Amino acid sequence: MAETTATTTATDHPAPTPTHTPAPTVIVDEVDIVYRVHGAGSPSGRGSATAALTRILKRGKAREESGVRKVHAVKKVSFTARKGEAIGLIGTNGSGKSTLLKAIAGLLPVENGRIFTDGQPSLLGVNAALMNDLTGERNVRLGGLAMGMSPQQVQERYQEIVDFSGINEKGDFITLPMRTYSSGMAARLRFSIGSAKDHDVLLIDEALATGDRSFQKRSEARIRELRKRAGTVFLVSHNNKSIRDTCERVLWLEHGELRMDGPTADVLKEYERFTGGKK
Amino acid sequence: MSQVLDAPPAPHRPAAAAPDPAELAALHGLTVSGARPTLPGYVRQLWQRRHFITAFATAKLTAQYSQAKLGQVWQVMTPLLNAAVYYFIFGLLMNTRHDVPDYVPFLVTGVFIFTFTQSSVMAGTRAIAGNLGLVRALHFPRAALPISFSLQQLQQLLFSMGALVVILLCFGVPPTLSWFLVVPVLVLQFMFNTGLALVMARLGSKTPDIAQLMPFVLRTWMYVSGVMWSIDAVLKDQHLPHVLQVLLECNPAAIYIDLMRFALIDSFHWDQLPHLAWAWAIGWALLAGVGGFIYFWKAEETYGRG
Repeated sequence: MAETTATTTATDHPAPTPTHTPAPTVIVDEVDIVYRVHGAGSPSGRGSATAALTRILKRGKAREESGVRKVHAVKKVSFTARKGEAIGLIGTNGSGKSTLLKAIAGLLPVENGRIFTDGQPSLLGVNAALMNDLTGERNVRLGGLAMGMSPQQVQERYQEIVDFSGINEKGDFITLPMRTYSSGMAARLRFSIGSAKDHDVLLIDEALATGDRSFQKRSEARIRELRKRAGTVFLVSHNNKSIRDTCERVLWLEHGELRMDGPTADVLKEYERFTGGKK
Repeated sequence: MSQVLDAPPAPHRPAAAAPDPAELAALHGLTVSGARPTLPGYVRQLWQRRHFITAFATAKLTAQYSQAKLGQVWQVMTPLLNAAVYYFIFGLLMNTRHDVPDYVPFLVTGVFIFTFTQSSVMAGTRAIAGNLGLVRALHFPRAALPISFSLQQLQQLLFSMGALVVILLCFGVPPTLSWFLVVPVLVLQFMFNTGLALVMARLGSKTPDIAQLMPFVLRTWMYVSGVMWSIDAVLKDQHLPHVLQVLLECNPAAIYIDLMRFALIDSFHWDQLPHLAWAWAIGWALLAGVGGFIYFWKAEETYGRG
């Protein structure tokens, strides 16, 4: 990764972008992300009342050291994503994939380095805005508004969202509260709502793992469609097949480090060798 | 896993001799992710999200009682039961009612109006801390949450006010033109509550423990705000230090409660209002509303992190 740093020459004229490469949408420049976990000072006295008291009493530096543990989740990652790309993020559990996505979305601070983005990248994660006690119909509207759509846009897209989710295929479920849905149905509705908006940069975290096979197929088609609308799509998945079907470039993170960045086939081959018999 | 770690494949980079990332970003008009907008920009963003704010408030309100058999009837039942408890304790057992004419309307107005501030503050405290999932998943000006929660409390209060009108008429309080003063009082109190909710939201997001502490603070505040007794009548014969008297008089909760009583109850006269009540009401609303908003905005980029 050293070659990315030694390129600060030729500053007098702006580097002309070659016409055949599309414009960048996300530039990640030597990014470190560190989590601070409070109340996990000593492995034994974790969360006990006395530990909490000491933490309150100690101020400043001492407090930093005693009460807070640091988790270095992403280490010196750099890459540039361009318009129209679908990029897969792979890596074993806890390798920092989701953390990196959150940072790109601007929802987590970076410790060092910078992340530049074109517009506002959005996580496909409308789940949190939805309420289980409300009907599917009201949730579609609420979710759309939460993503920043106008009421008119929600109205226009409403039927499309419901049709895509396939919720009404087995009866009029959209007028029932979401708590009555099966987990698969709820996941399908969430994906439909989340992908209804036109995003410049869309970040998807394991969304395709849900739903039955036919819905997974439709989701993959939807992702390809989103990409065609000139956006960039990031996809975190443990399903190598869905990565292979949707992405042409893959970033492989391991222990927070970018281990490999390249065409899907090459990276997946290495990754499958790395994970070996565990597959 | 360690057995394969010894031979990491060399990072594969198609683009050699790439320009400096910051230059490349500037060239294509890319901006740093997750930076705080300017104050006018922030207000603009909030205005764009106004439909979300109202939809979220209404949705919360509806979802609240959706599992109950009586459903939305509880919107009116809860404040009424609340008032009934206070009437039983302070009206019947402690006999405060002899000091005050029209005691039931006096009490119920006080309870409803104070509950409005109280629940806005409580909801504000948990607005960010209790909705981290939402904050961490979606992009929107975070002030939308505390504002939305205050709006939900306002909607709740409007239900209570409906019940209050019925109570007033039942206890023989005649409707007068001064009832229209309810509107400005509610507007000012809503501004005040929202500002307070914004402040509490920021504090609560840094120190969630505040949510444990607030009920005690709020209960103390209720007792000094003259919800179930007339401060004037109780303190008539006591010789309190001047400072304390002034503090009791300019207490914002007491001001809004008294203004509402003045608007609704005809036996509650102008001279029972604290000095400069309207000026105080406007001042508190502006101070809390504007100050709270700026205070909340200052930490906008930090919510839901770390």
